[in-house]
Amino acid sequence: MQPETIRHTELTTSPSLADGFAPNGIKMSTTNLNAFFGELQALYDVNMEIASNRVLAIIGPSGCGKSTFLRCLNRMHEVAGGTMTGSVLLDGHDIHETDAVLVRKRVGMVFQKPNPFPTMSIFGNVAIGLRLNKGTPRNQIAELVEQSLKQAALWDEVKDSLDKSGVSLSGGQQQRLCIARTLAVNPEVILMDEPASALDPIATAKIEELIYDLKKDYTIVIVTHNMQQAARVSDHTAFFYLGRLIEFDETKKLFTNPAKKQTEEYITGRFG
Amino acid sequence: MKAQRRYIPSFHYYKRMLTGRLMLFLCSLSSLVALVPLLLIFFYTVTRGVDYLSLDFFMKMPKPVGETGGGMANAIVGTLVLIATGSAIGLPVGILTGIYLAEFGNGKFGTLVRFLADVLSGVPSIVAGVVAYGLVVIPMKHFSALAGGVAMAILMVPTVTRTTEEMIRLVPHSYREAGLALGIPQWKTTVQIVLRTAFRGIVTGILLAIARIAGETAPLLFTALGNRFWSTALDQPIASLTVFIYDYARAPFEDWNNQAWTAALVLIIIISTLSLAVRFVTRSRYTQR
Repeated sequence: MQPETIRHTELTTSPSLADGFAPNGIKMSTTNLNAFFGELQALYDVNMEIASNRVLAIIGPSGCGKSTFLRCLNRMHEVAGGTMTGSVLLDGHDIHETDAVLVRKRVGMVFQKPNPFPTMSIFGNVAIGLRLNKGTPRNQIAELVEQSLKQAALWDEVKDSLDKSGVSLSGGQQQRLCIARTLAVNPEVILMDEPASALDPIATAKIEELIYDLKKDYTIVIVTHNMQQAARVSDHTAFFYLGRLIEFDETKKLFTNPAKKQTEEYITGRFG
Repeated sequence: MKAQRRYIPSFHYYKRMLTGRLMLFLCSLSSLVALVPLLLIFFYTVTRGVDYLSLDFFMKMPKPVGETGGGMANAIVGTLVLIATGSAIGLPVGILTGIYLAEFGNGKFGTLVRFLADVLSGVPSIVAGVVAYGLVVIPMKHFSALAGGVAMAILMVPTVTRTTEEMIRLVPHSYREAGLALGIPQWKTTVQIVLRTAFRGIVTGILLAIARIAGETAPLLFTALGNRFWSTALDQPIASLTVFIYDYARAPFEDWNNQAWTAALVLIIIISTLSLAVRFVTRSRYTQR
């Protein structure tokens, strides 16, 4: 069920998408999104639609605006002192018309480097969002923590050591802890900024598997440097270059039959 | 199989090695030199002060001039009252200012506050006493523990402010971002995540500030004045170990001189105990990497 306000905005940079693009509707969309750091413009007129319960991968060379785009989606861009114009809609409503705190509750984020809070236990790390955001009864916190850790495929590894420090875990476990922490506040969209780039291949595989499982319940946007990873985990892929959205399509099509020459050159490794 | 080539160290190798050893030696030597006065003071105070150290010293009041014996119960309690008063005024101001500087202090006002805090930390302690005299003693028309506490607070604020700011700034930005990205409001992120991470560093700064004021004599001379009788009232002159040390060390009685040494030792013991206790209470459950 989608409100009527949501239409396929016309994508100037991409061929019209197939009908099966968003069987569950559109979760988020951006219109003429321009992002700045002071005088420096990081994004130019990005129009994009993010389908519900799908994984969108954002690829492109370093400095192309991938992370900036991601951070515009939950208003973290302004935390770093950036500004933006254009609109970002979440379920048809402009995220700048609501409080940033409420937006971030619905649009969670996982960072590149695992960053569990060092002063808290494993349990405390997952519970912190619930504890500091009112509305969760105390007796439900333990249950929700367990549920989140299970969803993040970490429960079996830590269930006997919930009191241990969050930073005592390995890098891959720390990142799954951060994912569990994000899941605990029950967001609708999860943004991941190169979540596996600091991890070894086994931990990476676990995160990728997790992303696949999570899309049943969440909409996921993942920024990645790794094109194989984008091809493996995502349904749709967007290619950014120099702050512009060059091409946006179903992953299979974008990787096998890209419409733009720049996309082809990038995915075949000729630049970037 | 190729025969292994023998490695022949070059002249530069020996030069580098010697330079390395020389620098290590210089660093170790400097550490020892820095340690010597500390140990000398400590051992000398212990040897001179330990003779008169007894339960009486903690429990009994000072004897009238001419009589020997007695203790400094009032001065010990007085020092604690002064520390508590100074902390009660100085710590909230210092910590909140530090948070302000770290979180919002990048503007002109923040720069001004930071500069003034640095200037204030270089102000001689006796000047803080003069200020407290003007602020508290003159309006009240008599010396008081409160005036002494205000003087100490003035000395504490800059140290506490700057350490709090530095410690908060040391907290990696990623923790702040992680908190905000969980939909936690800014002030809760600051208090519950950033401040919690910086907590132990801030505690160290507070302890240093307390240790400093506990050893101050000059600002107390014309604020808390000193008192040979029992008093814990904030609006009355109050005794303190440092002022007693000052008076007793200058006195022509050997008994008093010895008690001054003991008072110095007791002051060291009080500050060390306080420091250890606070560190124990605030120790982190999770050792960081």
